[in-house]
Amino acid sequence: MDWDFIAGHVNYWMFIVLMMTGLYIVVSSGNLVKKIVGLNIFQVAVFMLYISIGKITGGTAPIFPSDRQGHLEIDPTIVYSNPLPHVLILTAIVVGVATTSLGLALIIRIREEFDTIESDDLVKIEQQLTSADNKEHGEAMGGMA
Amino acid sequence: MTETIINFILFAMLISTAFAIVRMTSLFAVIMLASVFSLLTALLFVTLDAVDVAFTEAAVGAGISTVLMLGTMALTARHAKPQTQSNAIPFLVVCVTGAALIYGTMDMPNFGDPNAPAQVHVAPEYLERSIEEIDVPNVVTAILASYRGYDTLGETAVVFAAGIGVLLLLSGLARRRKEDEEEGDI
Repeated sequence: MDWDFIAGHVNYWMFIVLMMTGLYIVVSSGNLVKKIVGLNIFQVAVFMLYISIGKITGGTAPIFPSDRQGHLEIDPTIVYSNPLPHVLILTAIVVGVATTSLGLALIIRIREEFDTIESDDLVKIEQQLTSADNKEHGEAMGGMA
Repeated sequence: MTETIINFILFAMLISTAFAIVRMTSLFAVIMLASVFSLLTALLFVTLDAVDVAFTEAAVGAGISTVLMLGTMALTARHAKPQTQSNAIPFLVVCVTGAALIYGTMDMPNFGDPNAPAQVHVAPEYLERSIEEIDVPNVVTAILASYRGYDTLGETAVVFAAGIGVLLLLSGLARRRKEDEEEGDI
């Protein structure tokens, strides 16, 4: 554990702190909308980790400059960062929004059906429904279910 | 050096935003802070040389997601219930997972190392050859739309499927609501 190692890894650790904050919101919060926000934070932290793997110190964005005639001049002394993680994460951001919107639509349906978006209330409602079902079917079969 | 300082400042802002989200119970504030979080992320992506990702994140993360969440909030509830049960177990889970992840970074190459495996494998070939083969100055665009065009097609399919799912879940929402109100009147 020398200074170089710590300076080179502290970025990753900060991303992990952000990721864990997102995970904490997902696990501890009872509100479904807040859970989705937590998932988004987690997801964005993963994106940051991937993008930081492609970064090269002293590098620049992987876009080749062109002069006024539109002629490309590739200067071999310029270092470009790795474009592959950028491509992966572009796809992931769009897919992430698609899944978020699906989750939000599910929340709206849950609210319509049960009139709450708090998970502990939902658990109570589910238990009531199950015990009512058990009672009904138990009587039909002639005993406790 | 300047980049490192900017990174640290952005991180401090990101982490304080995330902690504020943990503590908030007003959903409107939570959603707005999530939008702020996305914008700060976009800034961080610019310092990490990912300009394309930065403006996608600013448009999609800070724009569209926020609008979707605000719509959901308008259709559901404005406030989250304050937590009742203890936070010890979630905190423990998060600490253990975080420790495992940090252990996983121990054998990763240093941040910004030009000789890291990710930098020396196929990435230089894309950078060298994309200008001859695709003739687009932006390498990210060249890879996204041409080399990995099928991935982007698959992504479109995922977005399409999600759109159909949302439509199926929400179709008839207004009709069912109206029927409920009419039943309530009788």
